[in-house]
Amino acid sequence: MTVALDRPAIAAAAKPARRRRFAFGGVTPYLQSAPLALILSAFLLLPIIMIVVVSFWDYDFAAMYPDFLTTNYSDVLGSWVTWKTYLNTIKFAAIVWALTLCIGFWVAYFLAFHIRTTAMQMVLFLVCTVPFLTSNIIRMISWIPVLGRNGLINSTLVHLGLVPKPIEWLLYSEFAVVLAMVHLYTLFMVTPIFNTLMRIDRSLVEAARDAGASGWQVLWNVIIPLAKPGMAIGTIFVVTLVMADFSTVQVMSGGQSASVALMMKNQMSLLQYPAAAANAVVLLVLVLLIVAGILRIVDIRKEL
Amino acid sequence: MSPEKRTVGFYVLAVFFTLFVLFLYGPLSAILILSFQGETGGLTFPLNGVSLHWFANLFERQAVGDFGGSFKRSLVLGVMVMIVTVVVSLLAGLAFRQKFRGATALFYLAVASLVVPSIIISLGIGVVFQQIGFRPAWYTSAFGAHLTWTLPFGVLIMFAVFNRFSPAYEEAARDLGATSWQTFAHVVLPMIAPSLIGVGLFGFTLSYDEFARTLMTSGTFNTLPLEIYGMTTNVTTPVLYALGTVTTVFSFLVILATLGAILYVGRRRARA
Repeated sequence: MTVALDRPAIAAAAKPARRRRFAFGGVTPYLQSAPLALILSAFLLLPIIMIVVVSFWDYDFAAMYPDFLTTNYSDVLGSWVTWKTYLNTIKFAAIVWALTLCIGFWVAYFLAFHIRTTAMQMVLFLVCTVPFLTSNIIRMISWIPVLGRNGLINSTLVHLGLVPKPIEWLLYSEFAVVLAMVHLYTLFMVTPIFNTLMRIDRSLVEAARDAGASGWQVLWNVIIPLAKPGMAIGTIFVVTLVMADFSTVQVMSGGQSASVALMMKNQMSLLQYPAAAANAVVLLVLVLLIVAGILRIVDIRKEL
Repeated sequence: MSPEKRTVGFYVLAVFFTLFVLFLYGPLSAILILSFQGETGGLTFPLNGVSLHWFANLFERQAVGDFGGSFKRSLVLGVMVMIVTVVVSLLAGLAFRQKFRGATALFYLAVASLVVPSIIISLGIGVVFQQIGFRPAWYTSAFGAHLTWTLPFGVLIMFAVFNRFSPAYEEAARDLGATSWQTFAHVVLPMIAPSLIGVGLFGFTLSYDEFARTLMTSGTFNTLPLEIYGMTTNVTTPVLYALGTVTTVFSFLVILATLGAILYVGRRRARA
């Protein structure tokens, strides 16, 4: 109790001292944040502004011409193929989100509540994190010898006599795309959820138990509500990564499936930059709307 | 909680966790094994003998494009990105400890940098360079593109670190007569050193593996991930796996070295 009482006193005593330190002109924080602001302005803000501008330009096979046309947008929004591609991308996002949330929550829950020593927790958490720090493309390719026509799974199944001939839809299919995405992105769900679970006060769980709650009730009424901010942050990561993905879709579907980013990439390789830019603006608005919706539920600054 | 008996739930989840780890590492180990495929072997099991043929193949310049050159470029770029990420994130983290005009806007700009689809950044930087008349190159445009991915991670980590950082240490140092620089160099910096090493690891590996942001911004010469991506469409021999093994082993070495550094710094601090 004394500690709790002392704390505000310390904080109050600390404040004037802190203010005095930065009294020599309030420029320090501006200087300190200037590099970040400059880099993000040059390589994030300016390019996005440029994309918006270019999306109204005219173009032919050779170059772009400054103009103010809305045809790029009417081409994007008026074509059935584009709508199908957007729906397909959203479908991938929804499926991968649901899978990564399920897997991510249980992995994080196991680490946070069932592993008893901190050292073991850290070791197992690192085991989960290491693949995230290796190349995405290599991790994608690594499914080829497993899922391929003569891959591990097919040859095992045929060998055991479970299927008469290799299953064709394992590789180069939407199934493969979803599998690879779950493989690549689950960690983005595990980390934030693990972070929030670790900060849950264990006495809350005990209190719920003492009050007679069953294991499921504790999970459903105490832990999951408190884990929601972590789930929200993981959701932001996974949804934006899937919405932006083109390499997984291209490699794992063998060109049989499409995503918005892949469509943009194809337009870019045909030098149709204004068309790609119009697509980019639509995709960006869509992604930012989703993120803004999630940020209404959770305040990231509080969760760090 | 601790002296309780293991429940059924524990065993179910332990199995689930093991399967998850197998799911993460299984395919990677398949590549590792298959890269030692014999000379006549193909892209799938079984192994037709064991050889280092495909690794040798990797270093012959004609066989698989420019592996050595792209590896060197990725390495240099990774180190450049790492240094800038650590310094800029640390400065921004220090800035965010105080209130300043535009702090919230800058914070959300960093978050936006994380959520804006990578291909949009790639396209945007490509178009900007084209309009200004600069030639895109891996050390200019791709460098900037990578920073838009690594900096938000660095800034968010530093933000979290300083959220938990008690100003009491600095006040104690100042009460003992330390200048602001001495307080920073001898008190703050040693305490956050492990986190800074972590930020450095993120900066390096995220850049070393980055692909989508490099696509439109790398200019004439490929970085390693671009080289590998190109190979997925036209290389049909295990040399692809050999390349995968080499880069993955390199990533693992970097991670191990970093963890070693963090442990070393932590232990030295504990002794002091």
